Amino acid sequence: MLDVHHVKPYGDTLNDGIVQLSFTLPIPLSNAAKEAARQLTANMGLEEAAVAHAEGISDTFSFFIVYGKCSHGVNIAGITVPEVALEVLSKKEIDEFIRTHLNRKLNVVGACIESDAHTVGIDAIMNIKGFNGHKGLESYHEINAVNMGAQVACEEVIHKVYEIQADAILISQVVTQKNIHITNLTRLVDMLEAEGLRDKVTLVVGGPRISHELAKELGYDAGFSSNTYAEHVASFLVQEVKRKNMWDNGKETG
Amino acid sequence: MKKLNLSQDVIDCGRKYAKRIVDQVQEHIDAHSTVAVERSVLRLLGIDGVDQAGVPLVNGIVEELHNAGVLGKGAMYWFVNGMIHTKLSSQQLAECIVNKTIHLLELPRIPKGEIEDAALQLAIHSLTKIKERRQEREAWIASIGKGQEPMLYVIVATGNVYEDAIQAQAAARQGADIIAVIRTTGQSLLDYVPYGPTTTGFGGTYATQANFQILRQALDEVGKEVNRYIYLTNYCSGLCMPEIAVMGALERLDVMLNDSMYGIIFRDINMKRTFVDQYFSRLINGYAGIIINTGEDNYLTTADAIESGHTVLASELINEQFAFRCNMTSEQLGLGHAFEIDPQTPNGFMYELAQAQLVREVFPKSPIKYMPPTKYMTGNIFKGHVQDTLFNVCSIMTGQSLHLLGILTEAIHTPLIHDRFLSIESAKYVFNNLRGITDEIYFREGGFIQQRAQEVLEKAVSLLEEIADVGLMQALTLGYFADISRASEGGKGLQGVIVKECSYLNPFIPLMLKGGKSNA
Repeated sequence: MLDVHHVKPYGDTLNDGIVQLSFTLPIPLSNAAKEAARQLTANMGLEEAAVAHAEGISDTFSFFIVYGKCSHGVNIAGITVPEVALEVLSKKEIDEFIRTHLNRKLNVVGACIESDAHTVGIDAIMNIKGFNGHKGLESYHEINAVNMGAQVACEEVIHKVYEIQADAILISQVVTQKNIHITNLTRLVDMLEAEGLRDKVTLVVGGPRISHELAKELGYDAGFSSNTYAEHVASFLVQEVKRKNMWDNGKETG
Repeated sequence: MKKLNLSQDVIDCGRKYAKRIVDQVQEHIDAHSTVAVERSVLRLLGIDGVDQAGVPLVNGIVEELHNAGVLGKGAMYWFVNGMIHTKLSSQQLAECIVNKTIHLLELPRIPKGEIEDAALQLAIHSLTKIKERRQEREAWIASIGKGQEPMLYVIVATGNVYEDAIQAQAAARQGADIIAVIRTTGQSLLDYVPYGPTTTGFGGTYATQANFQILRQALDEVGKEVNRYIYLTNYCSGLCMPEIAVMGALERLDVMLNDSMYGIIFRDINMKRTFVDQYFSRLINGYAGIIINTGEDNYLTTADAIESGHTVLASELINEQFAFRCNMTSEQLGLGHAFEIDPQTPNGFMYELAQAQLVREVFPKSPIKYMPPTKYMTGNIFKGHVQDTLFNVCSIMTGQSLHLLGILTEAIHTPLIHDRFLSIESAKYVFNNLRGITDEIYFREGGFIQQRAQEVLEKAVSLLEEIADVGLMQALTLGYFADISRASEGGKGLQGVIVKECSYLNPFIPLMLKGGKSNA
């Protein structure tokens, strides 16, 4: 029976704990190297470690595929993960929501900021075509979506926020080598604070290695990771903007 | 072998439109220079190094001339005038200018004819060095050979040049034929080239002349060991495009990413700047015997690969004509495309075959660069490995030349050493197993693949016709490529574009034009 207080990996029998690993050691392949790989795996808490494959991949590197049985279990009942609290609306519902609650379009600026040159994330959310059949924000009738592309300086983002009176800012960060994304994301928040804009906009960050928890820690309203589509982000934006009651009350009809 | 039943008339017609498109832009190119071109001229004269603040000497000199509004005569005019007067070497003079002990504009002017003669002699002398590096490459290949096509092309990107050298050598031992050192993210927008060996980069390593030299040496070393010449690749793009070309020519790089429009579309670099920069950079690459790679694969990361397949072909034809204007040969044009169709698409592989075979047949002499799936790669590395395998199969079936290996962890991180190993191993397996397959297969007359290829070709030609009518700059403004639109006065680097005076001096242009094809 599954013990939710002690969940272990499943190979082909409950609680067998089977895990597969692959890694490289910076040493030439030898029997001693294989034994080193096995011992290292055992030290990771894997029992019955077995080197399934060992291969020299250069004069000075050897590659291993290892199996072992995990001796640890995890208490799934004791885990809470911060997630964006969200009712996901359809594209149509989102447009409707904006029409009902606001007499103008929702203004959104998106950019992949500073050093990051990868537009794939921001494009997936913003471009008309979107991604995987999920249309992007540019295709929403009630959203004025401005995709600034990649390598956009924080100063330019702020300039654009003023220019279009943005309600929300979407930031994409793909490159995380040496934690460059933290530096970039912090820089933007600091500048928004300094401009007195931080409380006037909803600030969202997305990227394959971004979690909601990290986003909150850095002072963002939400963080989205893989498998996020435009409707997720848009649903969050409209609900958050309404919750904060940031919209011009004089114009609000809903 | 021709398998698609393409109409040569339609292909010729596409080339004709592409030529017309490029001819229009060439008028702009011939009338202008840029700060980057002028810095390249100074680099060709042998000026290297940085000042105390880390600013390259060539930037200091060109900026001073630009600020004084006299760059329309060409940096060469002022600098050679200075050299004749002071009798200093180019490097010594450069240092004196930057230290402000000599003011170029305050020196008396020597008669123009004398400056021109001296400039010509200096240029001829500089180009000898580049020619020597080219001959060195040819000698290496003649003696130990090079990889068999499709050549296995991998990327290293540690950020630390010394680590890159270790990984590059390991990759060569594993079977790689071409090593590209990815640049640190952001370098394309720097309006200067960093200096010296570097150990800190993000998602890549700075392109510096010292780094080029370190990698070249490492690959020559390992090339002897594995008994084949290993190509070194870098990125001749961004605001310093022609300067990187000079550095690459001097350090014997073999392949350069060097697209005529990539910077405009994907880096928001001003188009008037890029067109001038790409021309001078391709003159250098052509003269140096370097293979350039174009970046059409990138279009498909933003636009849909099935819908926009024809934009890739249209752009390749434009890139080809731009290269021909620099007297590059077809054999130097690694025109790019990619395996980027949504894996959910029924018969997606057949679309890929059609596109790859089409590119192969339209450019029969060119070393086509084929890029792996990136857009639809996920954290599921096991599935990713299979996607890459299909890509490998498509490449060998259609005779691609420069095969950029897909890496199973593409969507997660820059390749780990064993990611690269697994990728090389599986490509070698596929290529070896299917080595003679192209000679054994043909595509059914009037079948899906032939029809798809013909349709893409026809759409590409009508797109070229349309672009020839509106002009390339206008087409870029209208977002014809990759669904991205750029204004002709927008983007970065426009302030570095200079109108040439009629007395503009740059003897490198005619010399390299003469030598591009003839010394091949």
